[in-house]
Amino acid sequence: MKLLVAVKRVIDYNIKVRVKGDETGVETANVKMSMNPFDEIAVEEAVRLHEAGTATEIVAVSMGVQQCQETIRTALAMGCDRGIHVKTDDELQPLAVAKLLAKIVEQESPDVVVLGKQAIDDDSNQTGQMLAGLLGWSQGTFASEIALADGKANVTREIDGGLQTVAINLPAVITTDLRLNEPRYASLPNIMKAKKKEIAEITPEELGVDIAPRLTTLKVTEPSQREGGIKVETVAELVNKLKNEVGVI
Amino acid sequence: MATNAYEADVHSPRVWGKFNWEDPMALDSLLTEEERMVQETARQYAQEKLMPRIIEAYNDEKEDPDIIPEMGELGLLGPTIHGYGCAGVSYVSYGLIAREIEKVDSSYRSTLSVQSSLVMWPIYNYGTEAQREKYLPKLASGEWVGAFGLTEPDHGSDPGGMKTRAKKVDGGYQLNGAKMWISNAPLAQVFVVWAKDDDDVIRGFILERGMEGLTTPKLKNKLSLRASTTGEIVMDNVFVPDENWLPEARGLGGPFGCLNNARYGIAWGALGAAEFCWKAAREYALDRTQFGKPLASYQLVQKKLADMQTDIFIGLQSCLQMGRMMEDGSCAPELISMLKRNSTGKARDICRDARDIHGGNGITDEYHVMRHMMNMETIYTYEGTHDIHALILGRAQTGIQAFF
Repeated sequence: MKLLVAVKRVIDYNIKVRVKGDETGVETANVKMSMNPFDEIAVEEAVRLHEAGTATEIVAVSMGVQQCQETIRTALAMGCDRGIHVKTDDELQPLAVAKLLAKIVEQESPDVVVLGKQAIDDDSNQTGQMLAGLLGWSQGTFASEIALADGKANVTREIDGGLQTVAINLPAVITTDLRLNEPRYASLPNIMKAKKKEIAEITPEELGVDIAPRLTTLKVTEPSQREGGIKVETVAELVNKLKNEVGVI
Repeated sequence: MATNAYEADVHSPRVWGKFNWEDPMALDSLLTEEERMVQETARQYAQEKLMPRIIEAYNDEKEDPDIIPEMGELGLLGPTIHGYGCAGVSYVSYGLIAREIEKVDSSYRSTLSVQSSLVMWPIYNYGTEAQREKYLPKLASGEWVGAFGLTEPDHGSDPGGMKTRAKKVDGGYQLNGAKMWISNAPLAQVFVVWAKDDDDVIRGFILERGMEGLTTPKLKNKLSLRASTTGEIVMDNVFVPDENWLPEARGLGGPFGCLNNARYGIAWGALGAAEFCWKAAREYALDRTQFGKPLASYQLVQKKLADMQTDIFIGLQSCLQMGRMMEDGSCAPELISMLKRNSTGKARDICRDARDIHGGNGITDEYHVMRHMMNMETIYTYEGTHDIHALILGRAQTGIQAFF
């Protein structure tokens, strides 16, 4: 069984994100970047399936600027076999990523695509679902447990009311949630081995995908500062404020 | 691409970058992809696995025996060695590991330094092929713990005066003497011990736990480096077979080669401890209000923070350059003396100032700074004291040796 894992390069989760002075986006110059933590979970799951003998090959894909290769290299150091870098300096929105992934799937014919349920930068939570839609494949989202056997996947999902297990046919798209596993650290010998693994480079043009953004960002601003509350003496005062000052009743 | 003529002119003072207070000289941008990945592994392991254990380990003076195998599994032990189960990373990677681990505690970095630089390094560099194959893989995985015996009760800065003797006997050597202040000695299975032979030449030997006459009493009640075990190596007519003698080491250069390597790691590591304390002090100064204002708004506090930041980043750049020189073979031991001395001296001051900024809270274990401050006394002293390294630098520039 062949697995495709998508890994996104995002601002490290430890970094306090700052809005750019001109409000066009967030500051990324000289900011520490890492693999999206949900994608790390996806990589870990794929590597475990490989180690268990269920999977025979894992291909890691990332999209964006040149430095995405470092994110792919991390996936290779964790145990993926080879990488594909879809190289572009342009903005990539979830639909464009899903279309690019669909093309890669066409070329690579994996049995399962595993990716994080969302990226911690834009929190879109769309790529996996869009990809399944474009491919016409089954999808198991927010996985907290995955069991693959006999051309089927049992995916346990975290939903508001608890856990739901769905049985889906392969090929399928599976998106990973936080409690699926605890990703390993890339060991030093594996970091050295990953240097020799192949990363293929391709552009959106070569894949024949139009990546033009469908959404326009008007402005990015800091969340408004929380202001201190006040104490009211009586119920009457509270009602008066809600009615006449705030205007909610 | 430049959008106007001013931006294109790099000599124009009108083009400025944005100051990144946490990394003003963009150290990360000077690292290779491999080095950044190694740094990340070390950072994650240190912060996620070591940090939660340190307070108890320090307070109870207990070294968790799982830590060395954990480090081994990640390939952090003897990382610069090629082959024998080691990763073969760059010297800068080794420095970055030391820095990340010492952000948590100097004890953990010491454990790593001893195993890597003082035990694995001499076996790799001075040992026979059979010795390398026998010891290195198990030391790399952390299955075996190593210790290094040079310092004696009466010979610290003056190791050439050592009293431990290795008398040639049939089939090997008979060792007698005592080594003091030995990190990991009570836990170790393998000991690299230095002793004088019948010709008064210093030689290296590999001892193993279980050899008759070898004991390793633990040193208790240290007030510094409490999360690492320290002890003695006592040798009473210990027979060491010929095959455990390190053939390529002769004279003081043998142990000094190991120490140069370890000091290199300390130069990086001490700045890791300093970095932790500086950031903790900044955070505390921003959060703590006195006289209606945060401590960070007072000039005396800001001056301390500015000094800390400056010393740390100038120091790290120097360590990076030293690492590059280690890699191309141009690094002189005197440079290692300079930066081991600089880093530990500056780190000691920084940790003390950080403790100071923390006020009374800085005395408690939960803020960590006093633990680092106490550790710095050891880091400042071991592997060549601050003063001894000054004398090495003095000799290097005047040609006059001031220590005899």
